[in-house]
Amino acid sequence: MIALIDYEMGNLGSVSKALEKAGFDVRITDNPQTLRDAAGIVLPGVGAFVAAIENLRKRGLDTVILDEIARGKPFLGICLGLQMLFESGDEGAGAQGLGLFKGKTIRFSHGLKVPHMGWNQLNFKNRGPLGADIPEGAFFYFVHSYHVAPEDESIVMCTTNYGYDFVSAITRDNVTATQFHPEKSQKWGHKLLANFHRQVTKD
Amino acid sequence: MLAKRIIPCLDVDKGRVVKGVNFVNLVDAGDPVEQASKYEEQEADELVFLDITASHETRHIMTDIVRRTAESIFIPFTVGGGINDLDTVREMLNAGADKVSMNTAAVNNPDLINESSERFGSQCIVVAIDAKREGDSWTVYTHGGRTRIERDAVQWAVECEQRGAGEILLTSMDRDGTKIGYDNELNRAIGERVKIPVIASGGAGELEHLYDGIARGLADAVLVASLFHYGIYTIRETKEYLASRGVTVRM
Repeated sequence: MIALIDYEMGNLGSVSKALEKAGFDVRITDNPQTLRDAAGIVLPGVGAFVAAIENLRKRGLDTVILDEIARGKPFLGICLGLQMLFESGDEGAGAQGLGLFKGKTIRFSHGLKVPHMGWNQLNFKNRGPLGADIPEGAFFYFVHSYHVAPEDESIVMCTTNYGYDFVSAITRDNVTATQFHPEKSQKWGHKLLANFHRQVTKD
Repeated sequence: MLAKRIIPCLDVDKGRVVKGVNFVNLVDAGDPVEQASKYEEQEADELVFLDITASHETRHIMTDIVRRTAESIFIPFTVGGGINDLDTVREMLNAGADKVSMNTAAVNNPDLINESSERFGSQCIVVAIDAKREGDSWTVYTHGGRTRIERDAVQWAVECEQRGAGEILLTSMDRDGTKIGYDNELNRAIGERVKIPVIASGGAGELEHLYDGIARGLADAVLVASLFHYGIYTIRETKEYLASRGVTVRM
């Protein structure tokens, strides 16, 4: 069983269905114990950084997520689930993230259209366990106005060009997190989630 | 590179896909979920369902279609038609739609754009604008093009963005159903004024029209109905054509 965290940040239906298609037994939950019992954790999320962090904290999920990651449990963050792993968001003062990685979240301010919405390509730096067999330049679906800027370049899984190259996914040990939406990215999204299934089941 | 999006639009009437020119001689064209799956297989980038006879009595039919579609396809999709209050927005998003498109309700109650984008995020709020040329400018129409509103379409698009819309679905009433190409002056006039994506709609009858919408009209995406529904071109052929003209598309 894997835990899909429900913390009132968007509809989980499509993430849940895509995970099921990849072979997972999915439990949609905000119960800390379920996260501890799960073989893997998925943190999705669309919306505002500050609200998302608050919703995690008031359920006591922030510490559980960090504890389970530290124990080596496979973790997949999607969109806000990537951004919240960093120290801060710049949506307003005091937007503190989970701080697993050094760096912050910044808004696109290059004059191009925001949100960055639609299908864009991945340029891999380090495929990690979830990027296996996904071709260079594969298209994934994005919809976001902010992106992460990690201090540690070694965690960068891939970048994407939108006015400039930004970090579109990170990977380190048991943690992978994507700015794009694998659940809305058809075949390569399925491939990435199937790779996550392999990681979780150690198959 | 961010790809230009090719978006088939499915008109839905009481739970069935219908085809017709200017909403006359409607022909039953099957189950919306089956059609959606077919377009997904062909690598459509997104889908739009437009409930052309939306009413309170038939809304549950659309909700059911949205739920079944969300279970079976893995590309983003938008639902429009009859989205007139926060409860309906919530109902469609909870059923699995990625975005909702509002038209008449946004004109009648512009605060709905603010309220829904604050509540659910700009990324899922599309405002559909039906515009008709009057001299050198364009005027907003509602109720499927039946009601003229004393409002400039470009100004209205700018206001929609300021109120929190995440995207504009722009239909030329003059071109809709004509197959002579998009109104690219309209598309460009709005595309140059807003920082949110614009989807061009109304008038595509040839592949070249899609290219023109993107190259001349500055559209971020093109909405296509009859070109695909009647099997004149497949989405694959469309993308190959656009790629050959230098447009970045997902293939």
